Amino acid sequence: MAADNLPSEFDVVIVGTLTESVIAAACSRVGQRVLHLDRNYYAGNWASFTLNGLLSWIEEYKAQQEKSPDDQTDVEQEWREKIEEGEEVLTLNSVDSTISNLEVFTYAEEPEEEEEVKATSVGSVLIDSLAAEAKENSSSSTEAQNSSGPDDTTPDKDDDEEHQHQEPENEQTPETQEEPENEPQPEPVPEVKKKITYAKLIKEGRRFNIDLVSKLLYSRGLLVDLLIKSNVSRYAEFKNLSRILTCRNGKIEQVPCSRADVFGSKQLSMVEKRMLMKFLTFCLDFEQHPEEFQFSQKPFWDYLRSRSLTENLQHFVFSSIAMVDQETLTEEGLRATQHFLRCLGRYGNTPFLFPLYGLGEIPQCFCMCAVFGGIYCLRHSVQCLVVDKESGKAVIDTHGQRISCSHLVVEDGYIRDEQRTRSVNISLVTVPPLDSSSPAVRMVELSSSSMTCMPGTLVHLTCSSVGSAREDLEPVISKLFYVPSSPGEEPAPCEEEQKPVTLWIMFFNMRDSSGLDPSCYTLPTNVHVCTGPDASLGNDYSITLQAESVFRQLLPDEEFCPPAPNPEDIIYDGDGTQTEGAAFQEAGDALGTSAAGEEEEEEPQENDQSEESSEPAASSESAAQ
Amino acid sequence: MHGRVKVKSTAQQEEEKRKEQEKKLKVYLTVRDAIFSKRSNGELDEEALQFTQQLLSSNPDFATLWNYRREILLHLETVKEEDEIQKLYEAELFFIETCLKMNPKSYGSWHHRGWVSSRLPRPDWTRELSLCDRCLSLDDRNFHCWDYRRLVVKASGVPVDQELQFTDRLIGSNFSNYSSWHYRSTLLPLLHPEPGSEVCEEQLLKEYELVQNAFFTDPNDQSAWFYYRWLLGRAEREELISCVYVSREGERVAVAFSKPVNALTEGLMLVLDGQQQQRVEWRSAHPRFRHSPVWLCELPPGSVSDINNEHNLTVHWMEKHTHRDCALYTGRPESWCRDSATDQELFSELSVEKTSVLQSELQSCTQLLELEPQNKWCLLTIVLLMRALDPLGHEKETLAHFQTLKEVDPMRSSYYSDLCSKFMIENTILKMEYAEINCLLSSFLKNLSTLCHLDQLLLVTHINLSSNQLVRFPPQFSMLQCLEVLEADDNAIGNLEGLYHLPKLEEVSLKNNQISKLSDLEPLASCPRLTRLDLRGNPVTKTANIEAELAQLLPSVTDLLL
Repeated sequence: MAADNLPSEFDVVIVGTLTESVIAAACSRVGQRVLHLDRNYYAGNWASFTLNGLLSWIEEYKAQQEKSPDDQTDVEQEWREKIEEGEEVLTLNSVDSTISNLEVFTYAEEPEEEEEVKATSVGSVLIDSLAAEAKENSSSSTEAQNSSGPDDTTPDKDDDEEHQHQEPENEQTPETQEEPENEPQPEPVPEVKKKITYAKLIKEGRRFNIDLVSKLLYSRGLLVDLLIKSNVSRYAEFKNLSRILTCRNGKIEQVPCSRADVFGSKQLSMVEKRMLMKFLTFCLDFEQHPEEFQFSQKPFWDYLRSRSLTENLQHFVFSSIAMVDQETLTEEGLRATQHFLRCLGRYGNTPFLFPLYGLGEIPQCFCMCAVFGGIYCLRHSVQCLVVDKESGKAVIDTHGQRISCSHLVVEDGYIRDEQRTRSVNISLVTVPPLDSSSPAVRMVELSSSSMTCMPGTLVHLTCSSVGSAREDLEPVISKLFYVPSSPGEEPAPCEEEQKPVTLWIMFFNMRDSSGLDPSCYTLPTNVHVCTGPDASLGNDYSITLQAESVFRQLLPDEEFCPPAPNPEDIIYDGDGTQTEGAAFQEAGDALGTSAAGEEEEEEPQENDQSEESSEPAASSESAAQ
Repeated sequence: MHGRVKVKSTAQQEEEKRKEQEKKLKVYLTVRDAIFSKRSNGELDEEALQFTQQLLSSNPDFATLWNYRREILLHLETVKEEDEIQKLYEAELFFIETCLKMNPKSYGSWHHRGWVSSRLPRPDWTRELSLCDRCLSLDDRNFHCWDYRRLVVKASGVPVDQELQFTDRLIGSNFSNYSSWHYRSTLLPLLHPEPGSEVCEEQLLKEYELVQNAFFTDPNDQSAWFYYRWLLGRAEREELISCVYVSREGERVAVAFSKPVNALTEGLMLVLDGQQQQRVEWRSAHPRFRHSPVWLCELPPGSVSDINNEHNLTVHWMEKHTHRDCALYTGRPESWCRDSATDQELFSELSVEKTSVLQSELQSCTQLLELEPQNKWCLLTIVLLMRALDPLGHEKETLAHFQTLKEVDPMRSSYYSDLCSKFMIENTILKMEYAEINCLLSSFLKNLSTLCHLDQLLLVTHINLSSNQLVRFPPQFSMLQCLEVLEADDNAIGNLEGLYHLPKLEEVSLKNNQISKLSDLEPLASCPRLTRLDLRGNPVTKTANIEAELAQLLPSVTDLLL
């Protein structure tokens, strides 16, 4: 559809994805005229793709790499004409520069592969052998496969999922940090009942979503609170993570974090149980006991060693509960531990939630919320910003239309490199800590019940990058997974056989600009920049805090995301013309949400991959807990 | 402002809600009246089922309606085919399920469900079990559901080991739920029946490990500790006659039992020199007790009074098929026959016999105490274990632990004092027996707040209870049938109820106590041989005319100190 359908005046123009969608929802909720543009698809770097979608994303990326900057000059001429006197132009990036070092490897061919692996900064497919291993370190492989949930390829798995949204049976999040001196140990291997071929992967590709970034929601985190407070939670379904694992001395072990875990743990001695519980209980309200931590200027790691904790417990607390690094100071470490513990038990035995159908659901939910008068337009971006002396005045979109606005919120990926005065090292990528200088690799293992992969398992590995994604993560992958040297190769009978076989791997680096101070951008004051995904596991900083602070700057007197009213409390005008821009924009197959305020708009949008993604009863149940 | 969705105002919403409620109420009342009139007309039809269903689904606690439903269903049972009845009851179960969703703790719904399940021609117990599981996963302490589940398990004969796994699962997800621990304690004896003890040792060791996992994880959780206490067991004392005492003077017989009995109904028979004594009248040590561990009687006059005769006395406890002999030799004024407290292990409260097991349990608890020096459950359990192992050897530590207990749990300090008193008296009795004397010396008894095990003191002649915190002599004190000298200075005693009919009591010293009224001293009048009484430092001595009053009350007292 033509872009000239767009009204040419808005209060706020928002370009970008997750954080931006929260801002869009917040603004439109309080009656601002909002235009939300996105250059391709929902969620940008936060997106979740079907496998086919992901493949085209890769193609697009490669195409962009090849495109020379000169191509744009022609187009530029077109809109240059629309600039009025006394106005300057700030060009925005039309090319996404946040992704680099993208590499894809396919191991699934005609013969046998059972898993598909994706690496966001490493993804790999891990079957549930990890799961079984965690419980029974010495278990025979037979046992492992018997107890293996994700491996079982019963076709009704997906259907089950519809009903038991809170049941965490199949998700696994192994948190891995390896000690330098570790010898890799063979993992017991699940027997593969059904081979997965590449063709099948592609065919089934529409049945699941793969995330670009691997993140989880802390169940007492700001984002969850925001989802509940704003009633946006009714548009999505979540699962509680089923367990947290760690890799130590080459072995995958379950991390005992909740009371029930500690009670049931077979790896801890009685005394260790007491020590761990005691320490965790202390962390819950550590502020009340200042005498217990005079170490605040020392690293958390040193502090842990000073406590009466065995090495085992120090490792659990440090790498799997606090999830901090060697430099983290004591207080921050304690706070991280406290946050983790406070999140425990809200929805289940682990502190994390994962949105079914992937993280990309979250921005979509907020966009649905934007029915309060926003206009959403996909595959529609902004080329430049028109600046009038001090402040930005208007934007010119990719169709050359000039749209004036009083505020512009933009993701930092749109800001051209030259506008960035300082750049923090690229991150959200990895390294296996095979030597002590390497960062910890975070691995999120997702089973098909999370609606993010087919039967089999999808594993995301993430770490702060040192080199390219592949350099950083490959050692970890080869340690935990079997990577066939040629497609379809049979694993060697001995130890290699013990590891899950990878089907498909993708590596890439993504820029993490979360460390940037907003003031480092040389931009007009009414242009607000949001950063993309950061490397941390939670979403608190990147989404909620940022969104709220931008919203406060825009509309200091308005409430941030007040609860959406119940559908029955909404009064419908006869003419239904609350918004001039009720026409809704659609480009390609992307979907848009208009502002008409019709009741159907509140319903979750049917996505091609989702049979049904939300259930109001379910979300209110989560909220009630 | 434009673009803002219009939302109904609160007043509007409230008004709507109010109207809706009014409407609902009206319907409710109409239906209720219709039901009542149908019931009084004796109409047991499907329409009535429908009406009651309508009301119960919004208010499942309306017991009368459930009753009416049962009447209807019973009636329908008589007129319908079995298949129809099955369908009818299945529908009923489905309906109850919706009621349970409405109120998962509705007495009426759960009871009705139990009733329906028992009437169902072909019950589906698996389904009922999974319903219970679902319910318990939402609230693992819903005792209605636990009750119903027991009914289902019983009716469907779920094997015990499967039920044990069920408790494993529940305890694994929340070990603070005492319901599951308790259920376990009822299952274990069924699973491993073992003669002599309730649970076989192998299983017992597994249980110790499980429960230790729980109290090491959270030592403040009492569920695990209670279960642990159950595992350690309670000593079941054998029922027997522990002592027979006979005295030529007054020709009295005293019989002590291992637990309180009512001798009048238990078939107690006295045989003297081969002759059954049918006329003896048994009385308990104090008229307040119908059940007492000590019973007394007088022999017919002249039967044992001649010191040159030897007599053989046998007391039969017919009901328990047990008896005890006692020989009264020539030249002896009295005689007794008894089990010693040490032989009977009277004071062990735990039934676990293996010292090695107790020893290792004590070690685990001591380890925990090092980590949690303030934990009352742990302290108390250690005290119990120590007493079961070696009460005298651990006496010092036990006292220290009691001190800590009183500090960390001041709300229960009186309980700990009493418990400690009990243990100290037990220790003193043991010491007394090792020393083979019948005197309780003051040096052993400190800080007593209460007196107990008095039946064990039947033969004691001298007792010194000075400088304790006693406030009374309880009625049980009258079991000290041989007591001659009683010293109880410097206490807070104001009640002498237990100084009752003590035939040999001669001297009583009660300096510095709280005896304030003359009437408090009345029990002493029943002690025929009392000659010396020291009441110095008691409020009663300030009473006007006290000496004359006392002379009248206690004519036998010749040596009175005021």
